[in-house]
Amino acid sequence: MAAQTVKRRKKISMPDVIIHTILILLTICTIFPFYNVVLMSFSDSVAISKQIVYLIPTAFDFSAYSYILHEPRFLNAFLVTIFVTVVGTLINMLVTLTGAYVLSKSGFPGRKAVMSGILFTMFFNGGLIPFYLTMKNYGLINNLFVMILPVAVNTFYMMICIAFFRTLPVALEESAKIDGANEIQILYKVILPISKPMIATIALFYAVDRWNEWWFGVLFMTDVNLLPLQALLRELLTNYQQLLTSISVSSVVSSSSALQPEMLKMAVLVVSALPIVCLYPFLQKYFTKGVMIGSIKG
Amino acid sequence: MNLLGKEMYKHRFLYILLLPTLLFYVLFQYVPMYGVLLAFKEYHIREGILSSPWVGLANFRELVNQSDFWQAFTNTIIISCGRIIFEFPTAIILALLINEVTKEKFKKFYQTVYTFPHFISWVIISGIMFNFLSESGVLNQIIASFGFDKQTFMTDPGLFRPILFLSSMWKEIGWSAIIYLAAIAGINPELYEAARIDGANRFQQLMAVTWPSIRGTAAILMILAVGNAMNGGFEQVFNLYNPGVYETGDIIDTYLYRSAFGDGLSFGVTTAVGLFKAVLNFILLYSANFMVKRLGGEGLV
Repeated sequence: MAAQTVKRRKKISMPDVIIHTILILLTICTIFPFYNVVLMSFSDSVAISKQIVYLIPTAFDFSAYSYILHEPRFLNAFLVTIFVTVVGTLINMLVTLTGAYVLSKSGFPGRKAVMSGILFTMFFNGGLIPFYLTMKNYGLINNLFVMILPVAVNTFYMMICIAFFRTLPVALEESAKIDGANEIQILYKVILPISKPMIATIALFYAVDRWNEWWFGVLFMTDVNLLPLQALLRELLTNYQQLLTSISVSSVVSSSSALQPEMLKMAVLVVSALPIVCLYPFLQKYFTKGVMIGSIKG
Repeated sequence: MNLLGKEMYKHRFLYILLLPTLLFYVLFQYVPMYGVLLAFKEYHIREGILSSPWVGLANFRELVNQSDFWQAFTNTIIISCGRIIFEFPTAIILALLINEVTKEKFKKFYQTVYTFPHFISWVIISGIMFNFLSESGVLNQIIASFGFDKQTFMTDPGLFRPILFLSSMWKEIGWSAIIYLAAIAGINPELYEAARIDGANRFQQLMAVTWPSIRGTAAILMILAVGNAMNGGFEQVFNLYNPGVYETGDIIDTYLYRSAFGDGLSFGVTTAVGLFKAVLNFILLYSANFMVKRLGGEGLV
């Protein structure tokens, strides 16, 4: 591989030019829509109404952001999403790690049955209505835990954890066992401390999933105060007029005509995506290392 | 039996640790499964799922008479086939292209950029798309500046499917490529060495070394894609579609949601829709798996 690199560095060949041209064009296509949204969220309303927000910033008007920060409904949705993300990720990790640790061991009665029971759920489910009715029976309608408990384990992520635990040396555990530790203590004191990078990766993936929650909000929340941020964003995008008349009596929108609907929408988009942008450097550090490799074969 | 008891007692702490996981799968995966009985019942809220009266296949008979259902069914198949034809190969092509980049730094940069949209939800992506593709959006500004007529992208039934494919590619292609790149990273460099000694050029190396080593990964992803064919991508379609594009864009899942919570089909009939879909998916998965094995590949199950 090294020899190959050295050889190619000498001159830039035609295929290289073509490959880089394609990849750079693709890069622009990927970044530009995001860039445009950020631009629109703080450009002034005159520019938007003239439709000239285009490539370069025309103004720095942060009124859309200050509106979001002062509108109780957005703040509320924020709190809901933060709760779901923090508590949800904690529960995700607790259940996934304990389960994965046990299932990474062989030689206890029932392991095979549990494993195939879990795999079966990847390929078959009861469908939307039975699921909805069951959650209703559990009393989870208008309950924040409906966005946490039914998604407590992502089978795919659990398989990654199992594959990882299998790679750990057995000797560590054996010596702890000789010292008289039981499996719960071993997991807590021996296994988890040496699995930190894997734990961080899975926690990040779960956190992103919980932050992006909107569907169970739409499905199970009839009380608008319990909608997570992204479900509220969806309302804002699809039912702008209705949403506005229902929430803004004394708000900025009615008092100043400066705030354009487009600006507000874009600002909410930016705010909803911001935490992911912040987490992304940490996320991508791990997934490229091939944490996902073993997982694909389940 | 006594031996089994002893063996279980020995592992008692493992069972305690397994308990939360077991509870999760039973309560949230298996309990809802018994609800599929509703597909053969008439649901009465007061009586619950178990005591509601049996109606045999009446729900399915009502279902096959719904023209909207058949429209959604056809759309789902067309959209899923489109995804397999257009989206599936592009991820492989992208992975091969990225792999041809020699400088590690650039490779990493491209990967980082392309993977980012995967972590953004379809709600946010749909907002970005409505902004980008609207009447006054950037794309129409560009079109207008070249002197062409503006298009109504998001409400044109003829454009809806291409928009689905393109936006899904835009969002997921980098992520899908990573799985292939991981497989490529595992290739023994000596294989390339040997190919070069035999006089293979870059393209020949790609066909003789790189492709065979990711074929297995591609086969498994293909099985999974076929096993999902009846889903058609609910999150994406639900966030992008509108009544104007139902004729080409309504899929089984969106139809099911609307008829259960909006247009007032009974829960019995909509459960039948779900069961019909799940069974078809299951059959498709196993057939695809069988085909792959038959063709000499390694299957999933």
